[in-house]
Amino acid sequence: MGAASALFLAVFLACVVEAVEATTIVLAAGTGRDWRSAGLGVGAGLATLAVIVAALGPAVSEVPLRGLRVVVGALLLIFGLQWIRKAVLRASGHKALHDEEVLYARHLAEATGLQARRAAFVPDWYGFTLSYKGVLLEGLEVVFIVLTFGSNDHNIGLAAIAAGAAVVLVAVAGLAVRAPLARVPENTMKFVVGVMLTSFGLFWGAEGAGARWPGSDAALLVIIPAIGLYALALVALLRRARRREVPVPVPAEVPAAASSEVR
Amino acid sequence: MAETGRGLAARIRAFGAFWYDFVIGDDWLVAATVVAGLAGTYGLSRAGVAGWWLVPAVLVVLLPVSLSRAVSGSLLPRRIRGPRRPPAAPRTPPPS
Repeated sequence: MGAASALFLAVFLACVVEAVEATTIVLAAGTGRDWRSAGLGVGAGLATLAVIVAALGPAVSEVPLRGLRVVVGALLLIFGLQWIRKAVLRASGHKALHDEEVLYARHLAEATGLQARRAAFVPDWYGFTLSYKGVLLEGLEVVFIVLTFGSNDHNIGLAAIAAGAAVVLVAVAGLAVRAPLARVPENTMKFVVGVMLTSFGLFWGAEGAGARWPGSDAALLVIIPAIGLYALALVALLRRARRREVPVPVPAEVPAAASSEVR
Repeated sequence: MAETGRGLAARIRAFGAFWYDFVIGDDWLVAATVVAGLAGTYGLSRAGVAGWWLVPAVLVVLLPVSLSRAVSGSLLPRRIRGPRRPPAAPRTPPPS
């Protein structure tokens, strides 16, 4: 797998995950409130993101590459490790799986319980703001991923194409089914994205801090599978620890498994 | 005036909380250790020593420690559990 393919795959998968989350919120706002307001919220969110990109894009390209790599590498490492941490906890049963249907139902219940309030040209202000915040927050993560991956690899164009493809694919699928994209294997994808973010963060961060990797760019071909295998080993270890921790139920005793979910 | 000041302070706090959550996330130890690892790599490279191995070594330790913090030390079981006895039958008041 070449560096460009790895870049495309990492950005595409990360952006699919973010787009699925944004689509779930927009669908809840449209179904539970008003489609026009939800659509206006999407438009306003995208316009805000465009302003942020216009401001940040040239600034990022002005930063010296070494300084950029150490900062971006550190951020990617922190993000990636948080993603892996959550994915390992989910895969080992210590944290509830991310379920878009449950999230959709929760957003929908919140959205349907309030009175509509008109503001300027927006028929329903709550539906607008719910949709706007969803697009803006998830979109910020997409922008961050594109700028960091793209600028580090001198290929913002390819990163932007990967992100655009992911967002369009998810948005079209979401609009076609008008339901949460529960069949997207989001937990598995988050695991893979966590491994990719951590690997690229480790590579760029250490390089920015002055280290020289043995084999140069080819080191990524060792780093990515090594981190993936290490995370899988931790899943196996945590599963075994969980089986040991959860007591075997005996008659007249309530099983304690329900108390083991973390956050 | 004081109302406006309090409102502004609340907004600044909310802004700070958003960025803390966005960048640092659930476990501050991860962010602190990553920064320390990169600083150490910089130090090694300045001293003319190969430093590429430092952050991977840090990650090998950091990830299980962070996971262990999240599940309250279940990677290192605190004690081996013996078979549990069923709870005692509820007490009944003595016959009067």
